[in-house]
Amino acid sequence: MNTAKKQAELIKEISGVNPLKCMKCGKCSASCPSYNEMDIKPHQFVSYVINEDIEALVNSKSLWKCLSCFACVERCPRDVKPGKLIDAARQIVERQKGGDYLSPDEIPESLDPDIPQQLLVSAFRRYRR
Amino acid sequence: MKYSYYPGCTLKNKAKDLDAYARACAKVLGFELEEISEWQCCGGVYPLGSDEIATKLSSVRALNEAKEKGQDLVTLCSACHHVIKRVNDDMKNVEDIRTRANNYMGLEEPYAGETKVLHFLEVLRDKVGFDTIKEKVANPLTGKKIGAYYGCLLLRPGKILEFDNPENPKIMEDFIRAIGAEPVIYPYRNECCGGYISLKEKELAKSMCDKITESAAGFGADMLITACPLCMYNLNKSAVSDLPVYYFTELLAEALGIREEVKEEVGNK
Repeated sequence: MNTAKKQAELIKEISGVNPLKCMKCGKCSASCPSYNEMDIKPHQFVSYVINEDIEALVNSKSLWKCLSCFACVERCPRDVKPGKLIDAARQIVERQKGGDYLSPDEIPESLDPDIPQQLLVSAFRRYRR
Repeated sequence: MKYSYYPGCTLKNKAKDLDAYARACAKVLGFELEEISEWQCCGGVYPLGSDEIATKLSSVRALNEAKEKGQDLVTLCSACHHVIKRVNDDMKNVEDIRTRANNYMGLEEPYAGETKVLHFLEVLRDKVGFDTIKEKVANPLTGKKIGAYYGCLLLRPGKILEFDNPENPKIMEDFIRAIGAEPVIYPYRNECCGGYISLKEKELAKSMCDKITESAAGFGADMLITACPLCMYNLNKSAVSDLPVYYFTELLAEALGIREEVKEEVGNK
């Protein structure tokens, strides 16, 4: 099995999602609050997994724009859950050495007196292994 | 009635007031919140990977302690509620996660999702009852126009959270009516505030919150209420309007006539 195929299988396994159920209605992208910021849109993300174009996915800035707001998950009429696919691709990146998107060294400059602990914990959970 | 209570990291720090108002209101309304001993942080976001186990264990520990005490588990922070409720659903319905999590835990009796998880608002609605609250209100917030800000974490995914209709919720509006004020329904009330994105991309979070506050103000709200410290933080950074944002527990305390004494108490801590 070539690497892209293996990684596509891994994304499906980690996410528990069957992208073939997608009927391309676009409701996920229409609902996504980060749509404008994404280079690969949520509905396209599903097709990339089907086509095993994983190189593009793991290098996509969309991975770091998803807010885990679950609007796409809630509204998908086919239960494809694009947000889970995006997270699985993010996991593939983060589980590799050097794949973290957030370094503790960045924290001091991001701090302000009002910052809730919840923000720091959530960012660490989503942005690093 | 006594409940197990999971405050979470932020309610011990930046959102002490959210916690203090809730505890004081619970006393007035006749229920008790018994804090889980040595609870651990929920992690803030639900681990989406279906192979994630270690990141779910802190929730399982809290859930199991409540089970051993025979109590429902009450949460207040939207993030804690979201994470714990979803982990509980995994423990109940996903065999692989249940088996592997229990292998880690080594409990005398395996945990299989027995505990009922209730958000504080659900306790108000389903256990106390909004009608009872209405009767206990000493200082109704008459004439105040309040926009409920739900955000994401309490509502979605609706089938697991079972909090309210995820597209057209009404629990917070009913709460607002119970404390004597007037709810303002606006389209952005269940849109995302940007969540954790505000750590690295402040402008993006700000633009989302601008839409929310603009929408609420445009529909006539004088203020917003939330249950989430991160929504509170992000909404406060929005510069479009100067709508004040309050934790819903603070306004409940005001309606019950105990806001000032709790405020003093928190301030002295």
